[in-house]
Amino acid sequence: MRRTPYFWLQLAFTLLVCSFLLVPVFMSIVAGLTENFFVGVKSGFTTRWIGVVWELYAPTIFRSMYIALATLAVTLVVGVPAAYVLAKRPGMATRLIEEFLVLPVAIPGLAIALALIITYGGFRDFRTSWGFILVGHVLYTLPFMVRSVLAVLSSFNFQVLEESAASLGAGFWRRFFGIVLPNARSGIVAGALTVVTLSIGEFNLTWMMHTPETMTLPVGLADSYASMRLEIGSAYTLVFFIMITPLLVALQRYGVQSTRTRKGA
Amino acid sequence: MNGKAGTAIRLVDCAKTFPNGTRALDKTSLEMRGGETIVFLGPSGCGKTTLLRVIAGLESPDEGGRVYFDDEDVTSQPIEHRNVGMVFQSYALFPNMNVGDNIAYGLKVHGVAPDKRARRVDEMLRMMQISELRERRITELSGGQRQRVALARAIAVQPRVLLLDEPLTALDALLRERLRIEIDVLLHSLGITAAYVTHDQGEAMAIGDRIAVMNKGAIVQTGSPREIYYKPASSFVADFIGTMNRVTGTLRGGALELPGGRIDWADQQGSGEMQVLFRPNDARIVEEAGAPLRGVVEQQFFLGDRTRLHVTGVADRTVVVETTEHREFRVGQSIGLRIEPGALLRLRD
Ligand SMILES: Nc1ncnc2c1ncn2[C@@H]1O[C@H](COP(=O)(O)OP(=O)(O)OP(=O)(O)O)[C@@H](O)[C@H]1O
Ligand SMILES: [Mg+2]
Repeated sequence: MRRTPYFWLQLAFTLLVCSFLLVPVFMSIVAGLTENFFVGVKSGFTTRWIGVVWELYAPTIFRSMYIALATLAVTLVVGVPAAYVLAKRPGMATRLIEEFLVLPVAIPGLAIALALIITYGGFRDFRTSWGFILVGHVLYTLPFMVRSVLAVLSSFNFQVLEESAASLGAGFWRRFFGIVLPNARSGIVAGALTVVTLSIGEFNLTWMMHTPETMTLPVGLADSYASMRLEIGSAYTLVFFIMITPLLVALQRYGVQSTRTRKGA
Repeated sequence: MNGKAGTAIRLVDCAKTFPNGTRALDKTSLEMRGGETIVFLGPSGCGKTTLLRVIAGLESPDEGGRVYFDDEDVTSQPIEHRNVGMVFQSYALFPNMNVGDNIAYGLKVHGVAPDKRARRVDEMLRMMQISELRERRITELSGGQRQRVALARAIAVQPRVLLLDEPLTALDALLRERLRIEIDVLLHSLGITAAYVTHDQGEAMAIGDRIAVMNKGAIVQTGSPREIYYKPASSFVADFIGTMNRVTGTLRGGALELPGGRIDWADQQGSGEMQVLFRPNDARIVEEAGAPLRGVVEQQFFLGDRTRLHVTGVADRTVVVETTEHREFRVGQSIGLRIEPGALLRLRD
């Protein structure tokens, strides 16, 4: 196959764009691993900064993880049944609810956070607990779970599957857990990965809502950039990358699969 | 799982109006004898599926309607307690299970012990001749194989009644023919009461002990396939099932006079103009000399097992005639026809 000049032009452009995005990432990683970034790489490599990050910010890392998991739990328990109900009753009301659910995504996170603070700020214990952050994250990520599950449920006729299961004697719960959920799995997995990724990386809402006791990883990042050595901030970024990359890879794989499978039967 | 074959089913005044105001089914009363196969036949949108779903318990009839299985009033029972087997046009097999697990599903739900369950699944697979497919995923099956699995799954729990909604529509003609014969044999060997929905009159004729012809939400006639074919109660039924000739003639002196001749009809009362109907195979082609009716071949269609002719000059419009004779006709050729008066139908509407 002969490549046209056009192909080479495209390739060059693609590589240029990629490097534009990747070089800063690379630089940041290097910065987190060098002894002294201003001196340069010749100052030598070290994992010292990662150790410092761990000392200073380990709680934010764990907090981000369990907030993400709690967010996931809530969105699963609320979002999956919600998607099921929405898929079962198509109509005006359903459309409206769907649109309504997307609102938190469209409104700036700061505004939502402010609204939450105005409303619940008075409840001191709640305001200062990580549960307050959790509410914000659930509000923000729930639509992603609902939409992901809804998309899969709309892609095959699950109602007729339920009807045939019912004709075989299966009651509601048995149908829901034995037929509906397993067949919506790809959407649930994709939704779950999205929720976890978004929650771990969420900054806007959390920055506004956090207290020193409820700082999460991204807020900690901002904090370190503002008040620490550049190397520490960069090492912190590295930690964040290590946490988020496996999630992104999984998201890519399952997300793509869920749009490809679910045909036939 | 009280697998008693041959539950009688009775619908009393069952109507169905959907929340959006669509009246899919007018007040319908119907009796299905135990072990009988009844076919609901009618054009698209006439309410066949709705009627089937009322029997199944997937739709509840409007206020006042009642559904009985034998003497038991099941109107308020949801489908999962009615013990009905359902087979859908789309098969509705569970994609998250393999073939064996699909068939075993109902047995599992009914709490059948694993060893008994496995034996029953084996039996079903053998009966449907798909034993080698046991471990296959649903997505790895052909349409015909899927339909066999769907049937096996429905029958495995020994339902009181089997409900089939256009089970063969998605298959190609040859396979449809073969499965239709298999289903017919199966239903009768099981002795199960079955309701079968189709819009294909050939399928209805082949499978039904009785056919209920539906139109616009109502059953307009029930009867054996022969009755429906030769004694349609209305012109709708006559036209929906097979080809029907409709000609206008004048009754005079014990004979019906048509443009192409006359049909002796001594026992017919009255006189004057009237419309009569007859089936294409009720007009026999005879020697032209001395034939009671004469016409000219306008078109001929060789259908393999028979030849169909469009004949002009016999009546006020072209009539369709069918013959199993092997001879070939020419366009423009004159032919003689004889129609026995017994084959003539008069309809009120
Ligand atoms: N859930 C529903 N809500 C509102 N109207 C409905 C519903 N289901 C069916 N209908 C309407 O009721 C009428 C009868 O529908 P039904 O599905 O019983 O027809 P059918 O005879 O099975 O047709 P087909 O041969 O096309 O399957 C149609 O006009 C249809 O649009
Ligand atoms: Mg239908």
